[in-house]
Amino acid sequence: MIPFIGFLTLLLLGYVFGRWAEQRHFHSIAAREQQWVSLPNSNNRELLIPMQQIDKAELVCGSVVISIDYFKRLLAMLRSIVGGPVASYETLLDRARREALLRMKEQCTGAVQIINIRVETSSIHNAAGNGIGSVELLAYGTAIYGKAVDEVQQLSALTSAAN
Amino acid sequence: MFITNTETVPGKNIIDCFGVVSGSTVRAKHVGRDIMAGIKNVFGGELRGYTELLNESRDEAINRMKAQATEMGANAIVNVRFSTSSVAAGAAEIYVYGTAVRVE
Repeated sequence: MIPFIGFLTLLLLGYVFGRWAEQRHFHSIAAREQQWVSLPNSNNRELLIPMQQIDKAELVCGSVVISIDYFKRLLAMLRSIVGGPVASYETLLDRARREALLRMKEQCTGAVQIINIRVETSSIHNAAGNGIGSVELLAYGTAIYGKAVDEVQQLSALTSAAN
Repeated sequence: MFITNTETVPGKNIIDCFGVVSGSTVRAKHVGRDIMAGIKNVFGGELRGYTELLNESRDEAINRMKAQATEMGANAIVNVRFSTSSVAAGAAEIYVYGTAVRVE
């Protein structure tokens, strides 16, 4: 009886706090993504915006480790019986990736653009092995600082090329 | 020391190439952090102890790579990539590698 009550308590705690934490995290991600929406970034190797003068180019990284709650882990286990999309892990990976990318952007205030962004998933503990459902995300790219070619110059270059 | 993960250092010319340099760290789980992670696993959310551990070992790996490049006489590392592998249960390696070059 007592183990059963313990199990139910864990389930309830996981459900209530996990849901609350996830919603709060998604709100914070959405707000910060709005803040960084003006920073051009791409996973291309070439410059996204032509530069007039480049002062500095450096490697920037952002990483995060996020774990899933008890309730969602149970849902995922149940899901693995019938198969199909596991929504509880999808949201976990989604918010971990977005958080890692945001942390990378927060490293480079004043940058004109970030190019060649790569996202790497690493694991300190095997998720399947010991039942700890957590992911580690590492996002990295090259931040370019300096002065972008302004629009007037860009336009005149285009028109002269056309002529 | 310029470090980028593109083929060149934007705005600079590469004048000399020294070859591949790399750095790695193997990190293990910490008992205290592991207990905290166990508690966090009920509620879900970020495991800050592990995030710190990941950051520290990544910086350490980059520093080792930098030291190797400096020894060769390079002043920049281009085309940097990260890679991870699990060596044993409870331990993981973070490996960073790139090409040491000299720029103007």
